[in-house]
Amino acid sequence: MRYNERELLSLARQPAEKAAEILMRVPKKGSVLKKRLVKLVVNFLFYFRTDEAEPIGALLLEHCRITKEEENVFSISFVEEPERKYCFECASEEQCQEWVEALKRASYEFMRRSLIFYRNEIQKMTGK
Amino acid sequence: MKLNERSVAHYATCDSPADHAGFLRKRVERHHHHAHHHTTSYQRCWFVLKGNLLFYFEERESREPVGLIVLEGCTVELCEAAEEFAFAIRFDDAGARAYVLVADGQAAMEAWVKALSRASFDYMRLVVRELEKQLEEACKSLAACRKSPQRSSSSGRKRHLTNPALLPLQEKPIILENGYSMWGSSGGGSTPGGAACPDRDGGYVKPPPLPPRRRSAAGSTTGSPTSGFSPAMPESPVSPETACFSKLHSWYGQEIMVLRREWQERQKRGHP
Repeated sequence: MRYNERELLSLARQPAEKAAEILMRVPKKGSVLKKRLVKLVVNFLFYFRTDEAEPIGALLLEHCRITKEEENVFSISFVEEPERKYCFECASEEQCQEWVEALKRASYEFMRRSLIFYRNEIQKMTGK
Repeated sequence: MKLNERSVAHYATCDSPADHAGFLRKRVERHHHHAHHHTTSYQRCWFVLKGNLLFYFEERESREPVGLIVLEGCTVELCEAAEEFAFAIRFDDAGARAYVLVADGQAAMEAWVKALSRASFDYMRLVVRELEKQLEEACKSLAACRKSPQRSSSSGRKRHLTNPALLPLQEKPIILENGYSMWGSSGGGSTPGGAACPDRDGGYVKPPPLPPRRRSAAGSTTGSPTSGFSPAMPESPVSPETACFSKLHSWYGQEIMVLRREWQERQKRGHP
C-alpha cells in the first residue's frame, strides 16, 4: 500500500501531544526492549532512536487496543491481530497511566464518538 | 519509515463509518527524462475518506487499498487543472507534490472538497472541545437554575428551560457536574450511577456512551463505532440514528460550519 511518507515524516516533526523516552518492544520474534523516543501526534504514535531525527516507525492508532499490563507496562495491539503487541515499559506507574489515557483518546474514532455524545447531551438538556 | 500497514489496510476496509466515498480520477504523473515534458494521465479509483485518512482502491470491491493519503496539514483547492471538476490536495512542505483529483460532476466535486477540508484531526478536536464547552455551559445554567433558592421551582423551570421534558429533573438530586467530570477525567472509568442527565425518553439514567475500554481495568478497544453505545439506547426523535454517519455528518455539518466560521474569524482577528 502506497502512502505519503513525506507528509507522515513532516507530521512526526510537529509538536506532540505527548513525548517521552520509553522502553519499547515490537512484536517480532526475539525482539527486546529498547529505549525509544515515543511521540504522539494526532492519531499516530511515532517512535525514534533517541539520537535520530527521523522516526523508525509510526503506528496508526485507529482500531487499536491499549492494555495496561504489569507494573509500569502497557501495550498496543490491533483488533485484527490482538496477540501481536507493541510493549512499552515506562519509568513509573504514573507515567504509564498517563500514556494509557492519552492513547485511548488519540483516535479519530474516539473523537467522533465524543462529538456524538456531547451533541446528544446538549440537545437533551437544551432541547436544541 | 515503518508503518503498521496491515492494520491500516484493515482499518480502511472494515465497517467503521466512512466520512465520504466515491469514484475519483487521480492524476498520474509520468516524467520522461529524455524529453522535457510529462504526460498526464488519470486513473479512476474508488476513494474512501475515514477521518484524516484518504484511502484509494482499484475497484470498489477491492479487498485492500492501493494507497493512502494522510491528510493532516493539507489544504484543498479547486480547479487546479485544465480538467473540469478538478481539485488538489496540497501540503505545506516545500517541494511536496499535490494530489490532483477529478470528480464526476460539480456536486461530487463540492462534496469532496467540503469533506476533505474538514478531515483533519486538529479540526475535529476543535469541534469536540467547542461542544464540550457548550455542554459545560448548558450544565451550569441548568444547575444554577435548579439550585436557585429565590425562585419557585416551576417558575425557574419555565424561565430557563426550553424543553418541558426536563421537568422531572427537579425531583432527582443528580449532580450534573459530577457526571461530566467523570467523562473528562482519567479516574476510574464510569459506573452506571455516574451518569449525566436522566434521559427524557424514559426518565431513567443512562451512563454516557463511553467505549467499553474505559470501564475495564485491563484490555480495551478503541474504535468500534457502536460498541460504546448501550444496545437499549432509544433513538431520539430529533437526533438521527448514530449508525448512519452520512445523516449525522450533514446534520452536524451546519453546526460545524458555524463553528468553523467563528474560528476563522478569530484567527483573522490576529490570534497567532
